[in-house]
Amino acid sequence: MATNTKKTPLKVKENLGYKIFLVINFLIMLFVVLVTLYPFVYLVSQSFTSEKAIIRGEAGIIPKGFNIDTYKYVLRGEFLHYYKNTIVYTLTGTILSLVFSSLLAYPMAKSELKFNRVLTPFIIFTMYFGGTLISNYILIVNGLNLKNTVAAFILPMMISTYYVILMKSFFQSIPKDLEEAGEIDGLSKFGVFIRICLPLSKPILATMTLFYSVMYWNNWYQAFLYLNKKQWPVAYYLQTIIRGVGAKEGDGDATSVSANIKSCAMVLTVLPIICVYPIIQKYYVQGMMLGGVKE
Amino acid sequence: MSANVEEKVSTKRKKSFAKHILKYWQLYLMLVIPIAYYVVFRYLPMFGNMIAFRKYYAGGSIFGDRYVGLRYFKQFISDRSFWRAFKNTLVLNIGYLIVRFPLTLIFALLINEIRNLHWKKFVQTVSYLPHFISVVIMCGMIKELVSTSGPINQAIVHFGGDKISFISEASWFPTIFISSGVWQSIGWGTILYLAAMSNINPSLYEAAAVDGAGHFRRVWHVTIPSILPTITTLLILDIGGLVGSGAAFEKVYLLYNPMIYETADIISTYVFRMGISGKNFSYATAIGLFEGIINLILLSIANLASKKMTDSSLW
Repeated sequence: MATNTKKTPLKVKENLGYKIFLVINFLIMLFVVLVTLYPFVYLVSQSFTSEKAIIRGEAGIIPKGFNIDTYKYVLRGEFLHYYKNTIVYTLTGTILSLVFSSLLAYPMAKSELKFNRVLTPFIIFTMYFGGTLISNYILIVNGLNLKNTVAAFILPMMISTYYVILMKSFFQSIPKDLEEAGEIDGLSKFGVFIRICLPLSKPILATMTLFYSVMYWNNWYQAFLYLNKKQWPVAYYLQTIIRGVGAKEGDGDATSVSANIKSCAMVLTVLPIICVYPIIQKYYVQGMMLGGVKE
Repeated sequence: MSANVEEKVSTKRKKSFAKHILKYWQLYLMLVIPIAYYVVFRYLPMFGNMIAFRKYYAGGSIFGDRYVGLRYFKQFISDRSFWRAFKNTLVLNIGYLIVRFPLTLIFALLINEIRNLHWKKFVQTVSYLPHFISVVIMCGMIKELVSTSGPINQAIVHFGGDKISFISEASWFPTIFISSGVWQSIGWGTILYLAAMSNINPSLYEAAAVDGAGHFRRVWHVTIPSILPTITTLLILDIGGLVGSGAAFEKVYLLYNPMIYETADIISTYVFRMGISGKNFSYATAIGLFEGIINLILLSIANLASKKMTDSSLW
């Protein structure tokens, strides 16, 4: 009772200022949401705007002369070829990344493994120091002779140290008793990893699948350095369109690509990511928490 | 005597080592390919930096062919374009840090105050979106938005101003760089803060409330001190990266053009033009290596400072 009477006036006093704050906070959040979404809405609107309206410079939030001709045009052209490349690279790369990252992260998570005293600094050091742009380039082109191969696109980013650390932290959080019980049941060390650890690691595996696949999906840089035109992923093809020379760059015919086509290609490229990332949001937020602060 | 004992100890050690391997060989086997990967794709390029001291010929050894000492370092120290890139890197990084760091923290504190959980989740989901977008698309968006017929110029004209060609005016580049960076990173940057806030013991807030602390005082006296280690760690990482230009390479490369090198050319783009476009491999590597070493030193200093001040550190 005593606490009640003490609390009530305090709350009333706080409520007025606090209520005003809540309203302002809501407005700020609304502003952030609108600013974040605006460029996307603008792109979508442009992709549905008619060519004529684009030339007249009438692009806005609501498409003028709404039509889907741009989509028909883009989906008929070579865009699809590059899109397919990206799908293949993303699938292959993500599988390789998941396999080798977990093969590395799992032993690193075992404190009883003596070698970890050497291994952990060996791996972590590469986060803070490494090859330069040039020495990486020379390694791929000259040392390994991988130019014009898909391997040059995938291999340089196949294992991300930061993601390995996140996985390691997750594996460490799995209760030891479960793994020991598996060994008592006759599983080998590797059997424990496959049968007990991995099934318990769905949150981190989902997170890693998202992170790695987004990384491959978005990458244009390795393609720009190492791949020939036929092998380009869509991200790099998009870059050539945005630069305004279109796919005809090689032919020396510099045509500018109109904004509705650019926007349409961008929308189609970004769409899978927009659809996927919210689904496993609770997993990656959790995953980031695990390894985030102490790396 | 003592030799005998030593021998015994060493055979014992060998035995326990053999036992250890026998017990864990499968885990060691798992490591073979990943370690080989790190040797080839992380450590070889690291040693490949040697070509900063050795003349490299295209097609020759990836570690260079002839030792030339500090020739390339002396060269770039007197290269005015290098110092321009160095200055731009610092200016852009520091400006970005000063704007982004407090905004991210404030944004996290404000999200933490949202009472309606559905709205909270929606705001968070939307704010993560830009993080997942390709640099290519982000730069494409920027170019559409700031183009002379884009919405920003439309608005300027609407209010009676003159059109600005943002993308080809050097003075606008830092603004474009920093604001697009904030747009892309502010939501994702809140994750660690919000995680730290959700770990705060609620009884701390109750105790503060009993002591008569109002809502905002509780944020000041409970929330902020509780997430201070997170703030420090993130700040160390950022300070350690102040000379680093690798992360910004793609964005700058996709946005800049010779007209705005004055403010836009950073170390990594300069290294790229010198090395990969200009084929001055050794010269460019010397610059890249210089940057990497300064970065490492800076990060170590920041780390040490944070260890002394707060106990939280990276290593």
